[in-house]
Amino acid sequence: MIEFRNVSYQVNGIQVLRGLTLHVARGETLVLLGRSGSGKTTTLKLVNRLVSPSSGEILVHGTPQEQIDVIRLRRCIGYVIQEVGLFPHFNVERNIGLLPKIEGWPEDRIRARVRQMFQLVGLPEELASRYPHQLSGGQRQRVGVARALAADPSILLMDEPFGALDPLTRDDVQREFLLLQQRLQKTVVFVTHDLREALRLGSRIALMEAGKLVTVVTPAEFLKSSDPWASAYIRAFGDGLESAVNRGTS
Amino acid sequence: MNVLQFILQNRTQVLELTVEHLWLVGWSTFLAALIGIPLGILIAHWTRLNKPVLAGANIIQTIPSLALFGFLLPVPWLGERVDRLAILALTLYALLPIIRNTYEGIRGVDAAVVEAGRGMGLTESQLLFQIELPLALSVILSGVRVAAVICVGLATIAAAIGAGGLGEFIFRGLAMVDNRVILAGAIPAAILALLADFGVGWIEKRLRPR
Repeated sequence: MIEFRNVSYQVNGIQVLRGLTLHVARGETLVLLGRSGSGKTTTLKLVNRLVSPSSGEILVHGTPQEQIDVIRLRRCIGYVIQEVGLFPHFNVERNIGLLPKIEGWPEDRIRARVRQMFQLVGLPEELASRYPHQLSGGQRQRVGVARALAADPSILLMDEPFGALDPLTRDDVQREFLLLQQRLQKTVVFVTHDLREALRLGSRIALMEAGKLVTVVTPAEFLKSSDPWASAYIRAFGDGLESAVNRGTS
Repeated sequence: MNVLQFILQNRTQVLELTVEHLWLVGWSTFLAALIGIPLGILIAHWTRLNKPVLAGANIIQTIPSLALFGFLLPVPWLGERVDRLAILALTLYALLPIIRNTYEGIRGVDAAVVEAGRGMGLTESQLLFQIELPLALSVILSGVRVAAVICVGLATIAAAIGAGGLGEFIFRGLAMVDNRVILAGAIPAAILALLADFGVGWIEKRLRPR
């Protein structure tokens, strides 16, 4: 689905990523876990080519990325960021419907799609005419997810999407995300520095440190891992992590 | 006879000069926006150019207006019609606030919003016209507003080279040492400045997103 082949990235003489080889399978949620500056956001941006690799190759749907028109590539990849980046001058409906509109969908199909998205992310329809600044943080984040899914991408990139939410709202949207992912089976790459979130949402966790991939394991394996970086994370987050582990769709 | 009486007595001429004044200001603000906004957009995206362009506009601003009018007089095509010349000079002065505000307005658009747009696959021109320009619009228009007000003031000097406008009264009054005549030019000019400020402000409010 997405494949990194020995990818390195450097900018202004700083090596941000070195020798990254990673495979993201169809329908899985791969969590990139690491601290700030570990290269996880760069890895994410390499997928939709907001960043171009200095060396190595990235394949999307088995096609080398440079053979795909960058605009086309981005349009079939949903993108959600922490600051959400909703367009402040568009109401919720136009935010969600922007890409379908640009893609030239007929009006009624856009409207139907937007309504469907409202249901999917659990937003009341009366919010359609509101503007982003009139929404709560949790609502904004849901609109962000709805916008990313509107053109029905097969891949979803999420960069600390729930990082700015309060703990209760975060818990809600994480639960909703799991349910959504059960239904949609998108290929998700999810960036976070929160181990609890990684264990809960990920089908696999890719641990990164200083521009290198340390290990890729399932959440259950992560807790048993003898890797020093994984252990450091577990120590930092303390007890009770077992209860957070993603047990798949059972 | 007070100022008001003087203005009323000469109302046709006051009106005529006001219209001339508006003509100068309208054209120069329009032309400055026509050149300045694209230039501002250009330097906002191609930051390598922003220093030279802004420095150039700054330098123009420092040339004394009377000197600039004088400099341009011998230019062949321009010198024949002084109103063209005045419009060109005023346009040059009006450029700086428009370029600067366009630049600042676009740079000031939330980076997360632009990145979200780029990440979802908007082309650069879709980003510009659907996201950046609408969000920078009020800042750009307040630049146009400042430019219009500057032009109203500077256009009074255009009378020195015979381009007409309300400056004629001011210069005549100065020569005659008659305050009424000076004020007959200055008061309508001040009112025009306020109207220009208010007018562009009104457009700005109408167009503001949300």
